[in-house]
Amino acid sequence: MPGAVLHMQRCLASVERGFLTLKESIGDPVVEMRDITVKFPGVIANDNVSVDVYSGEILALLGENGAGKTTLMNVLYGLYRPDAGRIRIHGEQVQINTPNDAIRLGIGMVHQHFMLIPPFTVAENIVLGVEPVNAAGKLDMDKAIRDVEELSNQYGLVVDPRANIDDISVGMQQRVEILKALYRGAEVLILDEPTAVLTPQEVDELAAIMRSLVHQGKSIIFITHKLREVIAISDRVAVLRRGKCVGTGETKNTTAEELAQMMVGREVVLSLEKEPAKPGDTVLRVENLHARSGRNLPALRGVFFDVKAGEIVGIAGIEGNGQSELVETLTGLRKSTSGHIYVNGIDVAHNQPRALIEQGVAHIPEDRQNRGLILDFTVAENFILRNYYKSPFARGINLDYRKVQAHARDLISEFDVRTPHENIPVRSLSGGNQQKVVVARELSSEPKLLIASQPTRGLDVGAIEFVHKRLLAQRDQGKAILLVSLELDEIMSLSDRILVIYEGQIVGEMAASEATEGELGLLMAGGHGKRGLDTERSERSGQYGQQIQEPLRTHVKPIS
Amino acid sequence: METNLADVTIYIALVVSTLRMATPLILAGLGGVFSERSGVVNIALEGIMLIAAFMGMLISHFTRAPWLGVLAAVASGAAIAALHAVVCIKYKSNQVVSGTAINLFSVGFTGFMLRKVFEHAGQSPPVPKVADWTIPLIEKIPVIGAMIGKHTPFVYLSLIAVIISNFVLFKTKLGLRIRAVGEHPKAAETVGVDVFAIRYLCVLLSGALAGLAGASLSLGFLSQFRENMTGGRGFIALAAMIFGKWTPYGTLRACLLFGFADALQILSQTLGLTFIPTDFLLMAPYILTMAALAGIIGRSVPPAASGIPYERQK
Ligand SMILES: Nc1ncnc2c1ncn2[C@@H]1O[C@H](COP(=O)(O)OP(=O)(O)O)[C@@H](O)[C@H]1O
Ligand SMILES: [Mg+2]
Repeated sequence: MPGAVLHMQRCLASVERGFLTLKESIGDPVVEMRDITVKFPGVIANDNVSVDVYSGEILALLGENGAGKTTLMNVLYGLYRPDAGRIRIHGEQVQINTPNDAIRLGIGMVHQHFMLIPPFTVAENIVLGVEPVNAAGKLDMDKAIRDVEELSNQYGLVVDPRANIDDISVGMQQRVEILKALYRGAEVLILDEPTAVLTPQEVDELAAIMRSLVHQGKSIIFITHKLREVIAISDRVAVLRRGKCVGTGETKNTTAEELAQMMVGREVVLSLEKEPAKPGDTVLRVENLHARSGRNLPALRGVFFDVKAGEIVGIAGIEGNGQSELVETLTGLRKSTSGHIYVNGIDVAHNQPRALIEQGVAHIPEDRQNRGLILDFTVAENFILRNYYKSPFARGINLDYRKVQAHARDLISEFDVRTPHENIPVRSLSGGNQQKVVVARELSSEPKLLIASQPTRGLDVGAIEFVHKRLLAQRDQGKAILLVSLELDEIMSLSDRILVIYEGQIVGEMAASEATEGELGLLMAGGHGKRGLDTERSERSGQYGQQIQEPLRTHVKPIS
Repeated sequence: METNLADVTIYIALVVSTLRMATPLILAGLGGVFSERSGVVNIALEGIMLIAAFMGMLISHFTRAPWLGVLAAVASGAAIAALHAVVCIKYKSNQVVSGTAINLFSVGFTGFMLRKVFEHAGQSPPVPKVADWTIPLIEKIPVIGAMIGKHTPFVYLSLIAVIISNFVLFKTKLGLRIRAVGEHPKAAETVGVDVFAIRYLCVLLSGALAGLAGASLSLGFLSQFRENMTGGRGFIALAAMIFGKWTPYGTLRACLLFGFADALQILSQTLGLTFIPTDFLLMAPYILTMAALAGIIGRSVPPAASGIPYERQK
């Protein structure tokens, strides 16, 4: 069992790292979780998991999507009550039934999906639940703002206490969440996939903040499914796989390969083999495309690009910079306000989705459950959503279910969809298999252009590999592929050409072979390639333990 | 009929009617604000008002003490609301269905009880009502005094309730928590706010306020109960709440506007407005509300979690 390799003794803290020498070498654990079991209908999310956290350390909790990381931390934070297990804090057995209990015990949690109230201000969000009041019992917002400013200075977490959550960047929202925990006196800070929403530079800045926090005596549990971050940021690591803890140990004694193997349970190839692309004719050309968001704000502000047959063009960007609107406009789900979309030379900017399908456009939507599938339809029915109205499936006003089912069985075996049979609701399939249904349906239509939006979101490594291989195979067959993803790794490893989208415009283009993460990150943050200031900042923030006094990138609107 | 628009009594009558018509709307509308701000849709306001109007009348009839009747109205309002709260919060049923059930029940219940207790259909015998309040100095001011110097206590109580509600919702920690629970209950729970407690409190409060609104009908403006005497005021109050963007002062303004439309309709003869069909004036609140919801006059965005039962996961 690979886990055994890493099941090391707890030893003294690494003395090489200066920041730890200040404290006593590792003493007693702050948090001990013992034999935690959490069952949900149909899954055991945590199966006898035991994890310790020591004072002044960063513990990485590593695992694939669905491994049970969030569940375990929700137990520690009092959101879930475990079916079995014990928790000790500073050696004392405790009952954590509600978040209030957790807060009282000095535990704070920054959730994967931020728990912020959008129309409230930063200060209101931070003090909610422990609000300062004046002698008359009136809410004392001035004191709240002063407290937040003080805390913000103390930890170098720059926020604007008066801004509305609606108006600030994701990075600042994250700092608000961290401050929220610190305001309640958290000693142990849980960060659930904090890097998922950040650019590489912001990840560096977050790492520096985390270093600074442990330097000031806090302990951090850092959840991630990215190996590189574990290696770069954590002191110790605990690996979860399918609800079980399969290994814990010091980060410096392990390698990315070993961690990957433990996380997945088998050998994995970390890099993707691919031939150079042989681009052909232009299949998709987008000219000066404009569109508005659901909130009627400008979302696309003059987008130009093209995709050729036999190449994968990746669109990198931070969430909310127009990617969703771009994909929706290209697939006929959203009206453009101006501009042109040419597919094989024909302007389709005003076409309905079905007309686009007939043009040979296939679409793997970012939200498979709401856009890609009808969850209560069977697997077989979901396979024909694109072309149910055509022969051989449609016969007059009837559907020929024998043909539909035969078609489904073909796709199930070709795409290796794990399902008992084709007549069960697609809802009961796992996420990875649901995505296979979408991919199978879209690819089997022999499209000329494939628009894949976050095609591997929430999938495990096996399913990710599968989707990536299929996309590459499509490319090699001469299909044009537009890949939109928030995972920079995915963009960099799959694409032949990379475009960067920022605030509704394509702000950079480069061959994937020449792209560096740093450069892409700067473009994604609205910078213009390498420039003195930004390089300087990322260098500085790369140094452990240093506080960041300068404001991070923000989108703060002036307060009216 | 001759109309002299220079005649000040017309304006006095308009203001007095507007206030009278607006009062039950304001009280019930505030109830709606509290309930929906915490995330529970309460379309049962109509039924709660009706039952409260009946219970108030009943207690006043037997005790001859109208203020005891008011107390009974408030208590019965809260009690019916408690039923709604348990169904919606504990059992997580559809809030609109529960509200509709209460509304249908209230008509049958009050009609039945009327016959049972008084052996009389249609209306109750007259009962003692609460005496009018006069506001010492203001009463003496010409014109103004006649407009606002002397009213049934409910008129003043409703205005005081607006001020208190606004203070509670926007200046206290309870208010911050109520609004948090109505916007994003999970976020509120993660910082230790008791979502269920806040929702129960707000729904009970909305019942109490709707109960007061009911009492204003049977013990304030009239001194008897009449079958179905709420006549859709609970729904107009909800419309006012939406039109007023779920804020106490906005609701007050909307209620005054709707009350004004009512007053116009009542006084249309006197004012020589017979060219406007009264039906149209009666429709006005709903048309304005639909316009507000559709974003024609200032967009109305409800609390994000309104109407969605909250479930703890495990
Ligand atoms: N509230 C819930 N109800 C039912 N199943 C859940 C719930 N939360 C998590 N799960 C299931 O538990 C497993 C672990 O989920 P989670 O802890 O979110 O994983 P991770 O955070 O490691 O991605 C998954 O199979 C997930 O579907
Ligand atoms: Mg998770």
